[in-house]
Amino acid sequence: MSAGSPESAGRILEVDRVSVSLGGRDVLRDVSFAIEPGQFTGLIGSNGAGKTTLFRVILGLQAPRGGSVLVAGQPRSRRNPLIGYVPQKFQLDPDAPLRTRDLVGLGIDAHRYGVALPSRARRARIDEMLEAVDARGFADRRVGNLSGGEQQRVLIAHALIARPRLLLLDEPLANLDLRSGHEVVALLSRIATEQRIAILISAHDMNPLLGVMDRVVYLAAGRAVSGAVEEVVRTGVLSELYGHHVDVLRVHGRVLVVAGEAGELADTGDPTHTHTQVEIIS
Amino acid sequence: MSSALAAIFAPGFFGSSQVQIAATVGAIVAVVAGTVGVFTVIRGQSFAGEALGDIGTTGGSAAFLVAVGPLWGFAAVAIAAAAVMEMIGIQRPRGRDVATGVVLGAGLGLAALLLYLEAVYRNTTGATFTIVFGSPFTITSSSIPLVVAFSVIVLSLTVVLFRPLLLCSVSPELAAARGIAVRLVGAGYLLALAVAVALAAFTIGTILSTALLVGPAATALRLTRSPGRAIAAAALIGVGSIWLGILMAYDSYDWPPLGHGWPVSFFVVSLIFVAYLLAGLPRRRRRTSPTAATETDELALAPARS
Repeated sequence: MSAGSPESAGRILEVDRVSVSLGGRDVLRDVSFAIEPGQFTGLIGSNGAGKTTLFRVILGLQAPRGGSVLVAGQPRSRRNPLIGYVPQKFQLDPDAPLRTRDLVGLGIDAHRYGVALPSRARRARIDEMLEAVDARGFADRRVGNLSGGEQQRVLIAHALIARPRLLLLDEPLANLDLRSGHEVVALLSRIATEQRIAILISAHDMNPLLGVMDRVVYLAAGRAVSGAVEEVVRTGVLSELYGHHVDVLRVHGRVLVVAGEAGELADTGDPTHTHTQVEIIS
Repeated sequence: MSSALAAIFAPGFFGSSQVQIAATVGAIVAVVAGTVGVFTVIRGQSFAGEALGDIGTTGGSAAFLVAVGPLWGFAAVAIAAAAVMEMIGIQRPRGRDVATGVVLGAGLGLAALLLYLEAVYRNTTGATFTIVFGSPFTITSSSIPLVVAFSVIVLSLTVVLFRPLLLCSVSPELAAARGIAVRLVGAGYLLALAVAVALAAFTIGTILSTALLVGPAATALRLTRSPGRAIAAAALIGVGSIWLGILMAYDSYDWPPLGHGWPVSFFVVSLIFVAYLLAGLPRRRRRTSPTAATETDELALAPARS
């Protein structure tokens, strides 16, 4: 943080005009936003909007064509201990001999060579983290046997035990039922406020995050707008981002982003299209 | 009592130097195979292990033809094959099967030629059987140093790679995000696998080498929940199967056809198979300590759990 400019002081993440091309296609164009410690930020966009690519840039796994990423005022690098990452899902056989506590323990030192020696301090640290994500009840069960919501909590503990200041979560709610999703969101919100860890969570549906999000980064067609939810999720702002008219509808406290106009596709003659006059984007 | 013991341990069993060498080499190799095998099963690379063993036939038959130790042949060809698999994409799940199949086909074709030449020029038809199905009693004490050296290499590599390899096996994405060189770790593991398979092929034959690699590991996975314990259990099951197999093969000299022992590999592989089946039997509920009680409750709620 010593090298940070006055402007970036206090910001844990600063993404500045980042552009990425993959296979000749522009995936991200001039994406800019910043996150401060303890902020809960939703990265919202439909599938293919570039959410995962943006995460890979922040993690240092994908070089941007242009622009810069600063983490706590420093240029991004691989193996940055300030960043914790939770992937969308993982493939692990139910028989695989890896308990919840083993996976959380790997969060401390998986990048080191050799075998981790068991110690009382290590065990206490793992237990404490299991407690924090409410995973004590399945600490000794095989990870491959856990439900989707339980696995997400274990992955969050795996990321948090390295004491990061920014937590990136890639679509953690995508495969969860409503209740497990609520539990995960509540847990993350608690982590953000109590431990001042900034959270950047990607989702194609912003609704489960509406009550807890401090800010939103909305991605569409490779471009992004960011700000408070009320500033960003508006008909005018999102229409400009998409490059065509969309409507933002609020129904019973839920937000729907709807594209297309009635009658536009009514005369295609294709019976499967007669009902796709509107498309609910998000 | 002594007659019962004599029925189990045929006279001369403990005094036989062939038995001693076979039991020593077999135990070392079983520990190596069990250790590597746990990762093979977690990573779903059993087919790669099978292919590296099968293709060892080529190396073994070449070694016979030029009269060097077969272990050198097994190891050289398995390492070369592993390198080719790595280069043409074994790390990608979809590329894996195709790459493995192509390399395996080419290797076994060459093995067919070498074994044919062997039979024609040296008139040693037993070579094929020894290479493919193994013959621990023909191992000489001079090969023990090489077995130990190879084993130390494999075990050191596995211990060094242990944590990154475990995380790569769970989620390559997660490992990459931690700054782990996923591909390098995978290649290091493939090298360990190739040498472990060569050792197993040397002991119980190329075709059966996978049984020693994957069998005890798969059984251990059914019995244990943590990686360290799974490795210990796999090693124990492997050593037990080898020793018991050697004993039964020694005893089988008294079975028909009299004076000809049955192949050790048959017994070893059968014992591994039986252990695997036994481990799959439904287990009784654990006794109730407070933590075990919560676990059985969760068990009852989740019928899909094995």
